[in-house]
Amino acid sequence: MRYLFLISLFFCSAAFAQAPQPDLVTLSPELELRIKKLETELRCLVCQNQTLADSPAGLAGDLRRELRSLMAAGKSDDDIKGFLQARYGDFVLYNPPIKSSNFLLWFGPFMLLGLGAIGCVLLVKKRGRHLVSAAVPTEGTAENIAAKQLLLETKE
Amino acid sequence: MNEPAIVKTDAQRRWAFALPLAVFAVVLGFLFKGLFLDPRKLPSVLIGKPVPEFVLPQVADRSQTFSRAQMLGKVWIVNVWGSWCAACRIEHPLFIELAKQKTVPILGFNWKDQQADALGWLARYGNPYDVSVSDLDGKIAIDFGVYGAPETFIIDKAGVIAYKFVGPISADVLEREMLPLIKTLQAK
Repeated sequence: MRYLFLISLFFCSAAFAQAPQPDLVTLSPELELRIKKLETELRCLVCQNQTLADSPAGLAGDLRRELRSLMAAGKSDDDIKGFLQARYGDFVLYNPPIKSSNFLLWFGPFMLLGLGAIGCVLLVKKRGRHLVSAAVPTEGTAENIAAKQLLLETKE
Repeated sequence: MNEPAIVKTDAQRRWAFALPLAVFAVVLGFLFKGLFLDPRKLPSVLIGKPVPEFVLPQVADRSQTFSRAQMLGKVWIVNVWGSWCAACRIEHPLFIELAKQKTVPILGFNWKDQQADALGWLARYGNPYDVSVSDLDGKIAIDFGVYGAPETFIIDKAGVIAYKFVGPISADVLEREMLPLIKTLQAK
């Protein structure tokens, strides 16, 4: 019974999603390849974790149609990306350009990694020093002298 | 040479404690802020840019058009709606109220909607729009950077986009953000 419910839910969602619209402009096979690649590099603004190529949303269909007509008009990939960027911002690009506003996002993890590495090296160095100074006691307390002797004996 | 083995000074101890705590606090701060961000609300790149050129048929009479040029000289609200858009119904009473005050003209941007559906919706829920234009194929909506209805823009007298709100507006947003801005823009 539960499965039946889940299966019916599945078909429900299929009913909500709009079918991709028929594309108006036909392109040469070469342009067809280019646009397919381009669509995978662009984000659908409605289903935000889907590319324009994958999204069944109505808006994605409209955008695909626009991109096709731009491509048919001889625009370059960068022109087309610029067209979308001017309207929807860098968010449409799956590979956002490096800017001062997202510098931390690009390099923050590496900076943290670097800090961690420095900390690690310092810690290990320090420990090494402690071990050395602990292993060779120089103070003249009775315990230290006894320990020193013990060490020397074991070394021999 | 003679430092006491393994024993840390107070200062070292303090650093060993405070540094990771500080890093943790910074990360926590970012994560906490993230809780209140809505990933669906994108910062609009069109704010401060001129309204895109458009000439669109009117919903009431498709033989009549309405264009960008006709908006100049007045402050406008542009409200993107569709009869298929459930969330548009939530904010609609606010626009009905606003229209009664006659403080600012409202342009209804009917997005990807059939004329009969749009007219039926307006007859049923009321028509707060001074003009409604119809963008059947969604081409002009792309120029406006629209990605989900409802969306609401405020346009200044020079035809520049001054404000954008994505999603149904609330009485709070209208009172605290939109109306004061409209007043300032109208005084200019």
